[in-house]
Amino acid sequence: MQISPVKIISLLFFVFSGFYLYHAYQIRVFAFDENAPFNAKTFPILLGYAGIFFSGLYIALPEKRPANVNLSVLDYKRTITLVILMIIYGVTILKVGYFLSTSIFLVLSYITLGEKRWFWVFTLSFPFVAIFMFLLHGLLDIYLRDPLLKYLGIIG
Amino acid sequence: MIEGILIGLNTALSIKNIIMVMIGCFAGTIIGMLPGLGPMTAIALMIPITYGFEPSTGLILMAGVYYGAVFGGSTSSILINAPGIPGTVATSFDGYPMAQQGKAGKALAIAAYSSFAGGTIAAIFLLFAAPSLSKVSLAFRSPDYFGLMILGLTAVSAFSAKGHFLKAMMMVVLGLMLASVGQDTLSDIPRFVFNNMNLADGISFVLVVMATFAMSEALSIIFKGSDPTQAAKQISLSKLGSIKLDKEETKKMVTTIPRSSIIGFIVGVLPGAGSTIASFLAYGMERNFVKDEEKLKFGKGSVNGLSAPETANNAACSGSFVPLLTLGIPGSGTTAVMLGALLGFGIQPGPRLYQTNPEIFWSVIMSMYIGMVILLILNLPLIPYIARILAVPRAFLIPLILFFSVTGIYLMSFNNFDIYLMIGIAVVATILRLYEFPMPPLILAFVLGGLMEENLRRSLLISDGSWAFLWDRPLTLCIMITILFIVFWQIYNSYFKKK
Repeated sequence: MQISPVKIISLLFFVFSGFYLYHAYQIRVFAFDENAPFNAKTFPILLGYAGIFFSGLYIALPEKRPANVNLSVLDYKRTITLVILMIIYGVTILKVGYFLSTSIFLVLSYITLGEKRWFWVFTLSFPFVAIFMFLLHGLLDIYLRDPLLKYLGIIG
Repeated sequence: MIEGILIGLNTALSIKNIIMVMIGCFAGTIIGMLPGLGPMTAIALMIPITYGFEPSTGLILMAGVYYGAVFGGSTSSILINAPGIPGTVATSFDGYPMAQQGKAGKALAIAAYSSFAGGTIAAIFLLFAAPSLSKVSLAFRSPDYFGLMILGLTAVSAFSAKGHFLKAMMMVVLGLMLASVGQDTLSDIPRFVFNNMNLADGISFVLVVMATFAMSEALSIIFKGSDPTQAAKQISLSKLGSIKLDKEETKKMVTTIPRSSIIGFIVGVLPGAGSTIASFLAYGMERNFVKDEEKLKFGKGSVNGLSAPETANNAACSGSFVPLLTLGIPGSGTTAVMLGALLGFGIQPGPRLYQTNPEIFWSVIMSMYIGMVILLILNLPLIPYIARILAVPRAFLIPLILFFSVTGIYLMSFNNFDIYLMIGIAVVATILRLYEFPMPPLILAFVLGGLMEENLRRSLLISDGSWAFLWDRPLTLCIMITILFIVFWQIYNSYFKKK
């Protein structure tokens, strides 16, 4: 017997709702609020039960229109690489600074997606980020934290 | 009202705001033309840019993006039979056959004039409907608001994806669960924070929108190996033909536009219905209205068949602003994003917006007219060239979308945790999208979560813990009956109805 992936997702949501409900009951409310008609945990408790109800219903009822996904054609390699690049971008953005980390993220992402025209890879990374930073920081006065450019004296 | 219109005109006609409408329409047209990237993504990408603006300017920009994206969607429907957004699917039924007959220019012109007329007529309706409804909605109480919010969520779930009602309801619950993270608004008690200070203020709305739309759409494109820019590369400038319409064609449009505008506006006002249903409904009704001779042309390049859905989807866009501006309850995913942006500006839409912030209320309405004019002037002659710009390779487009998403959240918090959280939500959303879990109900629920809890709190405290508030007032009772009808009808239709 083959279990549909959507049923598995629903089962995961069922478990997640149970976990959420357990934590909803654990929310500590003020002593005088404990027996009030509504306190901080009333709404989350209702949500937990709603999650269990809808996911349980999906698991229990027969699937009339199962989602047809061909897993073999999906591009796992590029997607996972992009996700890893984004995580590295997230790690470096505060330490290295906005300009350098963004430019390097863009260059590596273009290359990951198969771009080989180096002129465009360069133009749409370092100069592009510099212009974007100028628009945000210089014209719209939106603060951008960049320790590197600050150290070099390019931004204040 | 005259005073309000003048205030609105004064704000909307400032040089800065006109430039914003132009930028919005232009950016929206480009993003709307890309299949898979709809108005919600376009608006989400604009949010970080609006941080430094006044609320009215920010909202005018986002409204411009909205109309532009809807118009852009119809262009790709006509030229390459690849609707940019679901609301323009019906446009391709007659638009694409016209383009194949060498009349692409005419089809684009019909779409542009119909969109303009539909949007303008609906904006006039909005001008009169919104203030009146604002006054009526002052009589609404907490139980009615609570009921209306559940109705909105249920209706969006029912209409978001046919046959996937339970999936959509799971997304609603997930959206409400995400909204419940952070301190309770009244007691300040932390909920689902797990001793992490980064979660104490809750999850940012921009983070959720960026993750579930912009970022997950970009990841989905790579994951599925699709190329949204491929279609734009097929467009040939030489095959467009003339954009001039003859007398016969104009006459047909003149009869179609008024009735489709009315249908579009009414459907747009209803929670959850939106431009997709409006365009299909207008297309179907137009077919019944025309003569038998014209009926045969439907699906083969009929002027009426193209004009009706185009008029209706633009009218529905204007109509969807009615519940947002008058009740503070968005009726669609796109207006939910706008509500989130408004709340970010510290403005609470609702019946009192009309009195407390008239410049916002009226400038948004007036900017709709200006937006429609700009769309017509800017887009009609430029469409083929805009379409060529879209032939940007996927290898550049996707990283740029990811970059805008990360930048958006970085500008808000300067916090690594938010970036990781956004990536995590985007990965989960990508998997959910793959299995046809709709995202608009999640966003709508996330935006309405706080308001829903507040209204439920008030209702329960007033009724001393009794749930009788759900049926005590006739209005609340009617809303609850409608909700139950939608839920049971959807479950029956999906699981028990014999085909």
